[in-house]
Amino acid sequence: MNLTLKVWRQANADAKGNLETYQIKEVSPDMSFLEMMDVLNEELIEKGIDPVAFDHDCREGICGMCSMFINGEAHGPDRLVTTCQLHMRKFKDGDTITIEPFRAKAFPVIKDLTVDRSSFDRIQQAGGFVSVNTSGNTQDANAIPIEKHNADKAFDAAACIGCGACVATCKNASAMLFVSAKVSQYALLPQGRVEATDRVLNMVNQMDEEGFGNCTNTGACEVECPKGISLENIARMNREYLYASLKG
Amino acid sequence: MTLIASSIGRKLAMALSGLFLVVFLTQHFFINLTSVFSESLFNEISHFMGNNPLVQMILQPILILGVLFHFTMGFVLELQNAKSRVVKYKSYKGSANAPWVSRNMILSGIVILSFLGLHLYDFWFPEMNYKYIESLPLDPDRYFGELVHKFESQVRVILYVLSFVFLALHLYHGFASSFQTMGLNNKYSKAIKSFTVAFSFLIPAGFIAIALFHHITTF
Repeated sequence: MNLTLKVWRQANADAKGNLETYQIKEVSPDMSFLEMMDVLNEELIEKGIDPVAFDHDCREGICGMCSMFINGEAHGPDRLVTTCQLHMRKFKDGDTITIEPFRAKAFPVIKDLTVDRSSFDRIQQAGGFVSVNTSGNTQDANAIPIEKHNADKAFDAAACIGCGACVATCKNASAMLFVSAKVSQYALLPQGRVEATDRVLNMVNQMDEEGFGNCTNTGACEVECPKGISLENIARMNREYLYASLKG
Repeated sequence: MTLIASSIGRKLAMALSGLFLVVFLTQHFFINLTSVFSESLFNEISHFMGNNPLVQMILQPILILGVLFHFTMGFVLELQNAKSRVVKYKSYKGSANAPWVSRNMILSGIVILSFLGLHLYDFWFPEMNYKYIESLPLDPDRYFGELVHKFESQVRVILYVLSFVFLALHLYHGFASSFQTMGLNNKYSKAIKSFTVAFSFLIPAGFIAIALFHHITTF
């Protein structure tokens, strides 16, 4: 396949970026999107042009690092995949592909397609954990009976890889799906209930302080999430937050 | 952070005020509906609503506050949301993952607000003038005539119909969405969505039908 790529180039956080056009030839339909970007970068290096900076790590849909906004959609046109799992067979010969970084005030661009998602880390640090006594007398988690229904839902919520596609795709750049997945995975388990009140209050507070937008229930985040995190988690977080606020 | 200062608290306030306005809309619809079947019943109910102290002094101010709150908070949240993505995408395919109505609540809201302005100009301001400024004598039989008179103009009827189409779109997303905001997403959500679809069609369609009925039968 021969493709035209329009790639966002931005030298650093303060520079004014723009879309640069590149032609790329003989792209195999079996390549992943990131492999295609590798080929582009090799060609750019050969020409003495600065290669396109983009985030990637595991390249198997687990780490959540790859973060491209491809043809107007987070992680491109495919569903339930990250950019590294997107294959070039999803495009046609002669296509023009626009590649931009995830955009949100809380995700400032570092360079080209890489963005700073440490706002997610700070939300997680505000309460996305269970304080465990590690003195040696911790109860075996398997010894605590957990209703299967709740265990499954907690597991589904824990599948969130924190890639930020929910923020990138939401018209309001809201982080509600991410935060709600983190709140839910603990709220549904007995180990997490102990700190549930403080957790939801602190995590939502941090989310608001980071400058994410408000959820308007469009449902776009759920559609674009590579891990299929459900909107049910947002409703659960709303309940948890309301209860925690009233409880004080 | 207090509940109302938080993003979730503000959305909850939007949801609750929206549901309150839905209740008002429903009772308004049934009062209007009586005008199709009985001129005297419509006059009787309108006279009651217009002169009952409980309705006038307590329910009416609550309604005005509810309307003001809903659209002011709507604008506040919209401005806040606009600031959360300063640099916009060059290519953004919103239609790929969310319906148009859910992405354009501010637009449908502005159309409804504009219609509300026209509606107040048509009915509420003359009513306030009649009762409280000029203090004209009570006339329990004037309401039906005033209603029908407003549907004389074809332009007004077209504006009326268009506004209720946008109201239908606003309700189509807003009604079910308010339950999600209140934390309800479970086995009842499908039923709520089905009710939303029916409600958002039937109530606005009913208002439109009543307007067309009076326009066609009287003029």
